[in-house]
Amino acid sequence: MVEFGQHIINMLILGSTYALLGIGLTLIFGIMRIVNFAHGELYAFGAYFVYLASMMLGINFFIALLLAIVAGCLMGALIEVTLLRPMRDADIDTTMLVMIGAMIIMQNTEQFIWGGVGKSVNTPFPQAPLQVGPFFVSWLSLFVFFAALALIGATYLLINRTKLGKAMRATFQDRDTASLMGVNVQAIYMATFAIGSALAAAAGALLGAVYVITPQMGNLAALKSFAIVILGGLGSIGGATIGGFILALAEEMGAGYVSSGYRDAMGFLIIIAVLLFRPTGLFARKERIG
Amino acid sequence: MKRLFPWAVLLVFASVPLWLNDPYLLNAFITTGVFIIAAMSLNLLLGYTGQLSLGHVAFFGIGAYTSALVSLGFDVELLFGIRVVHEPWPVWSGFIIGTLVAGLFGYLVGKLSFRVRDAYFVIVSISFAEVTRLVALNWVELTQGPLALTSIPPLTLGLPGIGYFDFYSKQSNYYLVLGVLVISYVIISRLVKSRIGRAMVALKENESLAVSVGIDVTRYLVLAAVISAGMAGAAGSLYAHYLKIIDPDVFLFLYTITMVIMVVTGGKGTLAGPIVGGLIFGFIPVIARSFAAPEIQWILYGAFMILILFVLPQGIVPAIEKWFGVSTEADDARQTTPASAKTQDAS
Amino acid sequence: MTSSSQTSTQPVVLTLEHIAVHFGGLVAISDLNFVVHEGEVVSLIGPNGAGKTTAFNVVTGFMRPTKGEVRYKGTLLNNLKPHQVAELGLVRTFQRTSVFQNVSVFDNVMIGLHRRGRSHLWDTLLALPRERQSERELRDKAREILDTVGIERRANELAGALPYGDQRLLGVAMALAAEPSMLLLDEPVSGMNPTETMRFMELLTRVRSLGVTILLVEHDMPMVMGVSDRIVVLNYGRIIAEGPPAAIQGNPEVIKAYLGQGAKRRAGH
Repeated sequence: MVEFGQHIINMLILGSTYALLGIGLTLIFGIMRIVNFAHGELYAFGAYFVYLASMMLGINFFIALLLAIVAGCLMGALIEVTLLRPMRDADIDTTMLVMIGAMIIMQNTEQFIWGGVGKSVNTPFPQAPLQVGPFFVSWLSLFVFFAALALIGATYLLINRTKLGKAMRATFQDRDTASLMGVNVQAIYMATFAIGSALAAAAGALLGAVYVITPQMGNLAALKSFAIVILGGLGSIGGATIGGFILALAEEMGAGYVSSGYRDAMGFLIIIAVLLFRPTGLFARKERIG
Repeated sequence: MKRLFPWAVLLVFASVPLWLNDPYLLNAFITTGVFIIAAMSLNLLLGYTGQLSLGHVAFFGIGAYTSALVSLGFDVELLFGIRVVHEPWPVWSGFIIGTLVAGLFGYLVGKLSFRVRDAYFVIVSISFAEVTRLVALNWVELTQGPLALTSIPPLTLGLPGIGYFDFYSKQSNYYLVLGVLVISYVIISRLVKSRIGRAMVALKENESLAVSVGIDVTRYLVLAAVISAGMAGAAGSLYAHYLKIIDPDVFLFLYTITMVIMVVTGGKGTLAGPIVGGLIFGFIPVIARSFAAPEIQWILYGAFMILILFVLPQGIVPAIEKWFGVSTEADDARQTTPASAKTQDAS
Repeated sequence: MTSSSQTSTQPVVLTLEHIAVHFGGLVAISDLNFVVHEGEVVSLIGPNGAGKTTAFNVVTGFMRPTKGEVRYKGTLLNNLKPHQVAELGLVRTFQRTSVFQNVSVFDNVMIGLHRRGRSHLWDTLLALPRERQSERELRDKAREILDTVGIERRANELAGALPYGDQRLLGVAMALAAEPSMLLLDEPVSGMNPTETMRFMELLTRVRSLGVTILLVEHDMPMVMGVSDRIVVLNYGRIIAEGPPAAIQGNPEVIKAYLGQGAKRRAGH
């Protein structure tokens, strides 16, 4: 019973950061219809940035986190402008392959600079975990959980309460109509990719502090993001959030009760299972009007 | 003149072991050859039939492991205490079974791709490959997991009474791979130039139009998937019996990317594309090994692929064809159309 | 409704009986009844929104009628899928480009001839004579069709590079490849210049002489008048006139229907 509760706690923490990953991708995938293989690399980028800032440059951990998010945003904008914008009219395979190219470059750059050995980040939180009843949770994990929730909330507000968010939603529903109504679709695409990348970087920055940072961490993250988007439905922030928690739950349960080796397989099995039965995703909304 | 070109190329490659003594380079040729076979098979699915299957390495790995396990034998316990014991069988049977099993998975993927579309299919195909990797990694009883399957026997061909031949040496493996490569090339070539090939291209170009013309798109897609997967499995089997050791890394997404880069930069939808792309990306590591770290090489591959996609989106082979004003593909149509004689005058 | 004077003594091949098509609350077609005889060229005309394309879609299996029956040579078409309708010999062309853009003109027709081919996987892989024979036959047929349609000089060009009029001709070539007994042409000359339209009308005459029945939807009046045996005029989902071109030309109902739309149909382009 205690073990179960512990799994739930782990799930909440993991799920909140997965949600960030998923929301980032669902915005990009939903609005721009790009199979963004580089998403996982932005996740890794966030983690390595925090490492660089806090461990190598001695910057305060929290500031490093914020900088990582900003850097992720800028990196996303850069990628959009240099790689995606010129490819706007190309077919889906070409765009996808360009993203794979970007993924290769980013991952190997990290590998080249920092090597394949895992890196850790020191945080200002006490090492001793907090005990709540029979459960243990580290201060860092608590921070990660609340930080992630805050970011999810901020994203929700951004999408639903700001002009930018309104333009993004309009573009998601019907790009052509939005354009006719004065929305600068080019700018929206850049903003979307930047925001989505910032969220991925945030997830990486947070989880990188908890776990170990390696150049390959992006691979699994990318695929898990896709699983979350498929679970939650394209373009749905709420769906991606729920999807993130569901994936985390499946992983925790799988790791705890089946075998830890198959933990990562959970995400993929979910993808396969869901798409077999609901080929357009679990909570698929009507994607376009008209 | 043009017809002789492939034969000339073949002759050149067939002569290599006769004058190349460096085992490292010979090894590079062999592994490149294996990857070219896999890339050709991917090209059938990606280039001709238009399916974005990015889980191709799964078929390669399944072929490798199946073939190795058939020839090594295994002893595993399945659910409910059922024990399955398999005695080692001859390697050639492993090769065949590996090809068939890979083809079977290709069948499943083919059937699936109609249910799940476009971007979602890409994701499913990658997930499928990752799951196979994780199974290979974790089902230690069967696959030895990360400790790898070792002592895989080489292919042995022969007849009782006449004698046996072990494909143990690099030279013999070179010819084995070359032989399978040529056969694979012929299979794909005949396929794409036929009515079946036209149906595949039709399905890639405009599926609903293909349907209205009466093409059973499911059937042709599944056919392409089965042949493609089986061929990749055959390549995997050759790989396993050449290296004599196979570990779950054979399922890495990295290898799918390698095959994709070969096909896309070489020219998807062309016969020569995967070969050209394969030679380039198979040998760059060889040439670059002394002055560039592997990571730098990969950064260059990524940049190169992006460059090709921007500048020559059809790939290198079509660009060369256009440059020299020749075509290797539509020759048959031209040669048998009397109108072509008129076209020279009219245009 | 003006009843038609059956000028044809040929058997009826296509019948539409009490066809109605409702989309939610919208009535696209209210009560459509007409027939087409074997070997006839019948044109379906009417102002925009009159229901012509809907009627077309119903006949070719792209839409199911809410009421009524469509029969071709006795077979009920209502519930058939498009490829099943095509198998019965009823082949349609599409308004938008209906060719494989990145494939040569010749190969386009070869693809159109797909169903006539008879090759199996092993024949192909082993390059058996049976396969080569079959391919030869297909090539001969393809050349013949390209000749009939008149674009054989462009055989090796990519379909996407063709001028618009030629692409439409290629569309007809592909329809002919399916060996239709009846051809349904959806606004075949829309977007064509006068020369192209003239060539198309000549093509229709050639096709008709092959014994193929033709039903077409069009806006181009001179073309329709020049090519049809009989014209059926639709407005607001029902027939308002039917008869040979001469009868339709001066028909006040028809003129009212078109003028009422506020736009004169473009003549000749």
